Amino acid sequence: MTFPIKPVLLWTDALVFALVAAILLFVWYMNRHEHLRMPWRKVARSTSGMVSATVLSLFILVGLLDTFHYQKALPPDKQTAEMRYASDVLSALDAIAEPLRMRQERTFSAPFSAYAHAKETMSGADGTPRRDYPRLKFGGAHLESPAAERLPDIARGVLQGVALAAMLWMFATAIITGVVAARADRRFAETSGDLWRGDLDVPWRAVLITLGLLLIVVMPLIVLSGRYHVFGTDKVGQDVFYLTLKSIRTGLVIGTVTTLVMLPFALTLGIMAGYLRGWVDDAIQYLYTTLSSIPGVLLIAAAVLMMQVYMDTHPETFDSVTRRADFRLLFLCVILGVTSWTGLCRLLRGEALKLRELEYVQAAQAFGVGPWRIMARHILPNVVHIVIITIVLGFSGLVLAEAVLSYVGVGVDPAMNSFGTMINAARLEMAREPIVWWSLAAAFVFMFLLVLSANLFADAVRDALDPRVSAQLARPVFRWHRQRGASSRHPA
Amino acid sequence: MLRYLVRRVLYAIPILIGVNVLTFALFFVVNTPDDMARMQLGVKRVTPEAIERWKQERGYDKPLLVNAAATGAARITDTIFWNNSLRLFAFDFGKAESDGRDIGHEIATRMGPSLAIALPVFLVGLAAYVTFALLMALFRATYLDFSGVVLCVAAMSISGMFYIIGGQFLVSKLWNLAPISGFAGGLSAWRFMVLPVAVGLVAGFGESSRWYRTIFLEEINRDYVRTARAKGLSEGRVLVHHVLRNALIPILTGVVVVIPSLFLGSLVMESFFGIPGLGSYTIDAINSQDFAVVRSMVFLGSLLYIVGLILTDISYTIVDPRIRFE
Repeated sequence: MTFPIKPVLLWTDALVFALVAAILLFVWYMNRHEHLRMPWRKVARSTSGMVSATVLSLFILVGLLDTFHYQKALPPDKQTAEMRYASDVLSALDAIAEPLRMRQERTFSAPFSAYAHAKETMSGADGTPRRDYPRLKFGGAHLESPAAERLPDIARGVLQGVALAAMLWMFATAIITGVVAARADRRFAETSGDLWRGDLDVPWRAVLITLGLLLIVVMPLIVLSGRYHVFGTDKVGQDVFYLTLKSIRTGLVIGTVTTLVMLPFALTLGIMAGYLRGWVDDAIQYLYTTLSSIPGVLLIAAAVLMMQVYMDTHPETFDSVTRRADFRLLFLCVILGVTSWTGLCRLLRGEALKLRELEYVQAAQAFGVGPWRIMARHILPNVVHIVIITIVLGFSGLVLAEAVLSYVGVGVDPAMNSFGTMINAARLEMAREPIVWWSLAAAFVFMFLLVLSANLFADAVRDALDPRVSAQLARPVFRWHRQRGASSRHPA
Repeated sequence: MLRYLVRRVLYAIPILIGVNVLTFALFFVVNTPDDMARMQLGVKRVTPEAIERWKQERGYDKPLLVNAAATGAARITDTIFWNNSLRLFAFDFGKAESDGRDIGHEIATRMGPSLAIALPVFLVGLAAYVTFALLMALFRATYLDFSGVVLCVAAMSISGMFYIIGGQFLVSKLWNLAPISGFAGGLSAWRFMVLPVAVGLVAGFGESSRWYRTIFLEEINRDYVRTARAKGLSEGRVLVHHVLRNALIPILTGVVVVIPSLFLGSLVMESFFGIPGLGSYTIDAINSQDFAVVRSMVFLGSLLYIVGLILTDISYTIVDPRIRFE
């Protein structure tokens, strides 16, 4: 039995899947407990929260698609008849966007262009050399004379895309209305009327409008990306749209896996310090004060440099570029986690200090419940809201931090697509004549949308889970050009 | 007060030792000096003699912690830990690995340009953001306030690097108003400072303004504010004289701690604008994998941060007479 593909599980893939499983488990658990569901109902009722969640879920969809990795099978070896697989690791997104990945031009070309961005010397029909813009190998290659046919062709593509978008959108609208109607046990038409008047608890109208706008923009892009380079091509002729899509996973992984890494440290140490007090508290406080006194970027830089030395002196550990890049991404998440767990740990310590004096904890103590059990059963469930708020608020900061770190040279592997590597490559292109703006613009738009919706969603979650957690306590764990967070010496 | 300060300073020493040991472990134990030499000299085709020479030139051929070959105090002092880690406490940073220049001297000369950019950004920014946040608080729960918040959230969702690239493109390339990068000493420096300072101000606007606004809104519901209003004071006077003054404590918590770190400058800004400050020094060191410089900067950064924490404590007693340290 031979398979045409072999699934590959990279380190970060495994962690992403673990994270998805954890979230699903958490959702299932909360769904059974009314008091835990309450705050999330509030999130579902906030318009900005639901709109940003819609945008975010599109990003997450792309990121998840890009997480299923596999290797393609090669024709089997004649002598041994053994299965062999191609060395490059692809993802489900690569499979879907195969045309985008394969159609590589020679160098820069503008969005929707049929010609290259710079003139080249070519030989004319009669053999005389002339300088002109050469036609692209793939972008607009189906056109006879681009000057006349290009705009009508693009318009046709846009119309096709919009028609597709309309179909998808109506389908989504019907499903959502149907589900809402079925759950409220009402008629479809009634529910639909309520929905469009904005009379429902959950702002489905806003969600559907957002979805419609997104589809109207995205579907024509997808349709046209089969014929043109919709965001142009970069220096080595790669399609910028493809690069942007690939960057999404990197940003999402950094924003989420980092949290997964830091969470065990922050939770156990923070609660232990606050509940056990004494020398345990002193030791943990010393640990996090020391770590947080080192400027974050410098600690990350030092650690990444050290890892680079290790990777360069032990090349045999990593058998492919993808694995190497993936290991580096994982390491970056770990080190970002190490620099960012201190903030959450401090918050949890303060909260545990407060909680341990409350009656229900003292009652548990009086009944002879052991300290570990009290921490797990009575303290932990009561600090979960702080954890969630910190995670959600930290996400956007981490995505932004990745860009800076890649610029500094201690970010993701140069072989890995990310917003940081895109910006880094694109900033020199702004100085070219004529200017190359599309890579930077694409990175800007996608990153802005991702971070903005993450910020808005985080605000909605914070308002719902704990309106009293002040902005001062729950500020992002990592910031770009200054560090705050000096509240260490004044434990609550 | 004095006794409290002495205790705070003493408390900082174990933290600095911790930082020192941590960096030592990171730079010398995780990877041996041999690894670093191979890295600097090129991983392939490097002779053992070249590695030995590289290590000897930099004093990395000594034992890590205890020198068994030496006698007396030299058993401890003639080691890598003593020479390259503990000496940092005496601000003896040693020499850079890449070009052999004295790091202490470089730091001293590069502090000026860093400060020339960071200080105006800090001072003007503080005033501007607080003013903007006060205005938002004044017009709270109106469309003005709402659009202000939207502006802040949008502004903080843009990576700082886009502000720099955009600023350089618009101001320098399109409008030709300021040099795109570079720096000059003396009075003519202002021409090079305008753009970085402006970009720094814009980049920090969203997050800081929103944060100050939240602090003000927390204060604004307190009883003393209601009393002030009941006395018939104007809203502006209430905000400036009562809310602002009482909001100073949370503001100071975030602001004072960064003052000493202003010396370090900003990594990204300085390298984009070609400012010969400590930020670009660090970036260059990271790119040329000059571990001696990175090590020194880690130590210096931690030291300045701890100084910032102590300054924060002192500033509390100034703004709030109720706070007394025993």
